[in-house]
Amino acid sequence: MLEKALRGSKKYWTWLLILVVVIAIGFFFYVRQLYFGLGITGMSRDVSWGFYIAQFTFLVGVAASAVMLVLPYYLHDYKTFGKITVIGEFLAVASVLMCILFIVVDLGQPMRILNVILYPSPKSMLFWDMIVLNGYLFLNIIIGWNVLDAERNGVPPEKWLKPLIYISIPWAVSIHTVTAFLYCGLPGRGFWLTAILAPRFLASAFAAGPAFLILLSFIIRKVTRFDPGTTAIQTLAKIVVYATLANLFFFLCEIFVAAYSQIPSHLAHLEYLFFGLHGHGVLVPWMWTSIALVVAAIILLVIPQARRNETTLGFACVFVFIGIWIDKGLGMISGGFIPNPLHEITEYVPTVPEAIITIGVYAVGFLVLTLLYKVATGVKEDLAG
Amino acid sequence: MENSRRRFLKTAGYSILGVGAGSMLIGLSAHPTKAAGSGPSAASLFKQRPENREAERWGMIIDTRKLNESICEKMQQACHSIHNVPDIVGKFGNKKHEIKWIWPTEFRHAFPEREAEFLTEKLSHKSIIPVLCNHCDNPPCVQACPTKATFKRESDGIVMMDFHRCIGCRFCMAACPFGSRSFNFRDPRPAIKKENPDFPTRMRGVVEKCNFCAERLAVGKNPACVEASEGAMTFGDLNDPESEVRKLLAEEFAIRRKPNLGTFPSVLYIV
Amino acid sequence: MNDKNKIITGLVIFFLVALFPFWFNLIFGASDAAKGPDPVLTDKAKEAETCVADTQFMRTEHMQLLDQWRDTVVRDGQRIYVVENGNKYEASLSNTCMDCHSNKADFCDKCHNYASVTPYCWDCHTYPEETK
Repeated sequence: MLEKALRGSKKYWTWLLILVVVIAIGFFFYVRQLYFGLGITGMSRDVSWGFYIAQFTFLVGVAASAVMLVLPYYLHDYKTFGKITVIGEFLAVASVLMCILFIVVDLGQPMRILNVILYPSPKSMLFWDMIVLNGYLFLNIIIGWNVLDAERNGVPPEKWLKPLIYISIPWAVSIHTVTAFLYCGLPGRGFWLTAILAPRFLASAFAAGPAFLILLSFIIRKVTRFDPGTTAIQTLAKIVVYATLANLFFFLCEIFVAAYSQIPSHLAHLEYLFFGLHGHGVLVPWMWTSIALVVAAIILLVIPQARRNETTLGFACVFVFIGIWIDKGLGMISGGFIPNPLHEITEYVPTVPEAIITIGVYAVGFLVLTLLYKVATGVKEDLAG
Repeated sequence: MENSRRRFLKTAGYSILGVGAGSMLIGLSAHPTKAAGSGPSAASLFKQRPENREAERWGMIIDTRKLNESICEKMQQACHSIHNVPDIVGKFGNKKHEIKWIWPTEFRHAFPEREAEFLTEKLSHKSIIPVLCNHCDNPPCVQACPTKATFKRESDGIVMMDFHRCIGCRFCMAACPFGSRSFNFRDPRPAIKKENPDFPTRMRGVVEKCNFCAERLAVGKNPACVEASEGAMTFGDLNDPESEVRKLLAEEFAIRRKPNLGTFPSVLYIV
Repeated sequence: MNDKNKIITGLVIFFLVALFPFWFNLIFGASDAAKGPDPVLTDKAKEAETCVADTQFMRTEHMQLLDQWRDTVVRDGQRIYVVENGNKYEASLSNTCMDCHSNKADFCDKCHNYASVTPYCWDCHTYPEETK
């Protein structure tokens, strides 16, 4: 099947070339980071995790969202999704790969990464994160590839895949739960110290991921002869509405607890993010933009006419994706570090090299995604004749 | 053809799985200091220095009433010069990459959860509370570390860093509720004014913090800050009712930073 | 198996390239191989006659020994290394090893360069020339 990725139009090869160039530039800056140290980023003693870990958190969500296709199809026999589960699974593969890369570029001593396996520490959530992420990566590669292969050959998928598929469903939930546990189990970080963090992560994941899948479906329909199907896209849109609403609800619960109890160690972070604290507030306009985008998207999505219109649906999906990206990829991590445990304020803004390395990692993800999607759509095109 | 390839991939997959799981089990069971191979080392053994000071749980009491800004500066100076802590701010002018093991701060920063509205003149305006690693009895940084690079020494309760093993994930920095940890965002060596040859420096990409002067306790001395504190700091075994710290605690009321988090700091303050 | 010939040719080329150092030395005179370096001993090291273990062991296993030292010192707090004959040493690279072998360039670096290894000990630990 791999040969499908080796034959393509001029546009296809140009796109791949652009990605490779972006990856090369990112890699160049990563080598600089390797030699100089993480000092080339905007991180500091007080904000010790930044853009990299935030992207990791966001992308774990995108990866987990594959389950929104797998679960209805395999557990509820919702046939409409049968055609596109592989699109979700391959998106998960690319996303988890980016997650792992973001962890690696965030390490101060990446050449010692095997210490995590040499000295396994089951009490550390990072140890479990390593296990669930790698497991999820392999599950999705194996399932996606084999089901696609069976489809090409016109035979039912092999029997041994069934248990793996069933395992992959709770496993998807586990990757984002463990990722939330990285943060919400830390004493003295009031912003994250909330039991609703994992549910909130999942809700935002099931909003942003399927929104992205809808956008990808539009692109696939445009550049290939494979059509994911209007019904499938509309069902995904409904999933996006419910998840976005759930996410907003969880967020408001969070706001209520902090604002009504007025416990400073919880409230201060939200104050910083949405109003600024002691004159510091670089993220304030971003956070309000995020709220505005999510609210606008909900309005567009709950009105049936707007949801069914693919132009407005496209806009709504872009709004959801960007809104949640700002929330998780920008505010969630640095917001937890500001103010610091001594109630001092050091702000965080990513530097240019940091942003370029980040874009480089995204380019790796998009390269893998393009290749996998080329294979998948190639097979589907052949079947359609 | 198709079948044999599949069988090969399957076997290869299982082998990788087996090797991975196997090495993990070995890692789990092996003691970190297991003898390195045979040869002379098998018959050799390690011992503690005879002058090594022992305790069940080292602790420190800081009497802030006896402190002023100049003593605090001297304490920091003593600690940082002995441990080759780089002066990042002085050398590169970058406060964000600052490295500090012990530093004086204001009461409202050392105890942010405490009401600071009606404080004495001295406490409300002066940076006279030295803060450092609390060597918690229940340290959140230790459970967060994915490689056991930071660990609590069973013998005396000191929370230590193994700079050789640290992968620089900075999970411990997020976990520490006291902001006691620093990360080497760049090579620290150029920022060390005068290297102390008896103590190693660090390299870029690892986390560091106060070690309660484990290397000085091993040669029978008190921590450097305690020596420089002009009597404001008392150091001893918190689990020994006869120790100096316990005698002091029997007479004076002492507080700890963020007691509500249940980390049980071993550094106490008299204010 | 239509591509049998192509596969075999490919394999042959692969092995030829992969095994280049071996056949090159076999055919074009292995006798010319670069000689291993002789680490220089300082007067103090000569005087001491024995290291913490015999020469052969130290040559081949000093890295494992140093690993063991660092783990025991850092993690168990045991800083004294007692050898078979009862001699005691402080388990310290900078203060024990480098005390005798104070000539890092002629002792450590010579072999490490020859073997093309770059241990990162010196990123943190000091050696005599440096502190002067």
